[in-house]
Amino acid sequence: MIGFTHYLIFATLLFGIGLFGVLAKRSAVAVLMSVELMLNAVNINFVAISKYIVPNAGVGQLFALFVIVVAAAEVAVGLALIINIFRQKKSVDLHDFNLLKW
Amino acid sequence: MNIGFADVAFILIAGFTLLTALGVVLLRNIVHSAIMLVFSFLGVAGIYFTLNAGFLGLVQIMVYAGAISVLIIFAIMLVMKDDPEKTNLPSPNIPNILSGGYLTALLVAALVGSIWFTKFPVKVVPASGDDLGILANLMLGDYVVPFEAAAVLLLVAVVGAIILAKGADQK
Repeated sequence: MIGFTHYLIFATLLFGIGLFGVLAKRSAVAVLMSVELMLNAVNINFVAISKYIVPNAGVGQLFALFVIVVAAAEVAVGLALIINIFRQKKSVDLHDFNLLKW
Repeated sequence: MNIGFADVAFILIAGFTLLTALGVVLLRNIVHSAIMLVFSFLGVAGIYFTLNAGFLGLVQIMVYAGAISVLIIFAIMLVMKDDPEKTNLPSPNIPNILSGGYLTALLVAALVGSIWFTKFPVKVVPASGDDLGILANLMLGDYVVPFEAAAVLLLVAVVGAIILAKGADQK
């Protein structure tokens, strides 16, 4: 009785939690962690569609793999940026990152 | 309406994942948030297992729960200042939180509503059992160019991360 719809709704809830984290957190690292949650939710959608809509094709799982690769690259570069900004600003608070604000 | 083992597994894993994801967002100590993030990744891996995507679940455990969490925890250790209890506060201005919560609730309500009332063309086919072989054929067949591009992207990202984290070379 658990079907495609439940997986999509679960992924939507997970995406919503990640979105709230991105919008309402102060620390840049916490925002990156919330972005990871959102990417995971998208991956669940890919895999669920791969199982229920186009079964035995495997393309959805392949796309989820590519999303994982891009997420790993994104988190590596993002954390390096945060460490670099921390070295200059002595803070990871997003409200202190106002170099480009007029 | 009979509830089988797979349904119970899905409900338990989904509830666990959502609770730990809420912990990531709501806890005020960022180290606790990172630990919750690891558990959330493990829960998502469990969801992959319930979807017959065993290989992807193992990749999720290795890459997310293993590598990415360690990277995040290292970064937290590097950028943490004195008081760990105040490292992961919500945004200081209240309108940010309110508008963020409002936007999130709006998005989730709209998406859940549209998902619930849509009839999807679901095909029920028994699992083939050889999803790894299918993935391998796709990855080194039709999708070999994205596969190589992903490899180059990872290399570029690693080199870029090292250069960024090391800082500009001070002579």
